[in-house]
Amino acid sequence: MIYLTLFLEFFKVGLFAVGGGLATIPFLMDMADRYEWLTREMLADMIAVSEATPGPIGVNMATYAGFQAAGVLGSLVATFALVLPSFAIVLIIAKFLDKYRQNKLVDGAFSGIRPAVTGLIAAAGFSVFRIALFTAESGTPFWEYVQSIDVPMLVLFVVVLAASNLKRIREWHPIAFIGLSAVAGVLINCVLR
Amino acid sequence: MDKKVTLGALFWAFVRIGALTFGGGYSMLPMLERECVEKTGWVTQDELLEYMAIGQCTPGIIAVNTATFTGNKLRGALGAAVATAGVVLPSLIIITVIAALLSSFLDVPAVRYAFAGIRVAVCALIINAVVKLFRKNVRDIWGIALAVAAFAVVAALGASPVFVVLGAALFGIARMLIENARTGKAGEPR
Repeated sequence: MIYLTLFLEFFKVGLFAVGGGLATIPFLMDMADRYEWLTREMLADMIAVSEATPGPIGVNMATYAGFQAAGVLGSLVATFALVLPSFAIVLIIAKFLDKYRQNKLVDGAFSGIRPAVTGLIAAAGFSVFRIALFTAESGTPFWEYVQSIDVPMLVLFVVVLAASNLKRIREWHPIAFIGLSAVAGVLINCVLR
Repeated sequence: MDKKVTLGALFWAFVRIGALTFGGGYSMLPMLERECVEKTGWVTQDELLEYMAIGQCTPGIIAVNTATFTGNKLRGALGAAVATAGVVLPSLIIITVIAALLSSFLDVPAVRYAFAGIRVAVCALIINAVVKLFRKNVRDIWGIALAVAAFAVVAALGASPVFVVLGAALFGIARMLIENARTGKAGEPR
């Protein structure tokens, strides 16, 4: 029953993904390992599409994954399930807003969750790094895997990473980097190969 | 004054917010300010910032949580539902259309090449986001340990992020209780 699966999976994402849109990605990566309708490669592409289209990234990602699994109804179920836990939680919290903010237990829990979520997003970034820069399948022996690095793409990576940390360029919208890298990707593959 | 806000007005305001903001999180703030504070006076600037701050300390998408808070303040649970539905509607439509088109477009070599480049940019953007998050969220040696452990168990062992979040929450609570007990004893008058 694909709709029930989608509902339960995305309910879980909505309940545990704390700290905004990017925090949903580790959960989706984990999902990609367990279901055949979603792959890590799809997710890497979809992060770009989510950044470049309107709407919160987390909602965009859920809509996309739901569509891949079960079409339009799938995207509806996934998005509904994603927002349901936080919807209920917010309605409850709104009743005693100040108490929640000053609650020591909540404070303690989030002092642990925040650094951990940073690590989780880093792990998702590492996964995209492997997909973007290495051509070998995961599971190939370590040295063979390292040697499969795509050198022109590595150069592009270093350039984008450096440029996006330069003084003025840093202020650019992510869409600018995505667009320019798309052009670079076409040029690298058509001209150099 | 709250009673005057119609569900329709609430819905369309959040449809506009969903349709005209990119990226989510705090990038939604200017648009939320325009629709909910400046144009309508539905909520105050302070309330909005508080909703966003709490939105970061509750599960779920920050922009969606802010919509739920605002809708709830104006028209109760029904308002919350309407505002939440409004903010996700544009994503549902736009992404469904893109997803439907993308799978056939990916057969075109040029599109595949473009996405090969885009993946590289996404990777750089995530790294930048992680660096920013690290500076903001990781404050001491325990924070570093938690971040590294979370990275390691997910990247190397393939553990479920659910357990990482639960484990980190319990760790944070335990640490707080221990610290409280310690400072409590030290500070007790003899």
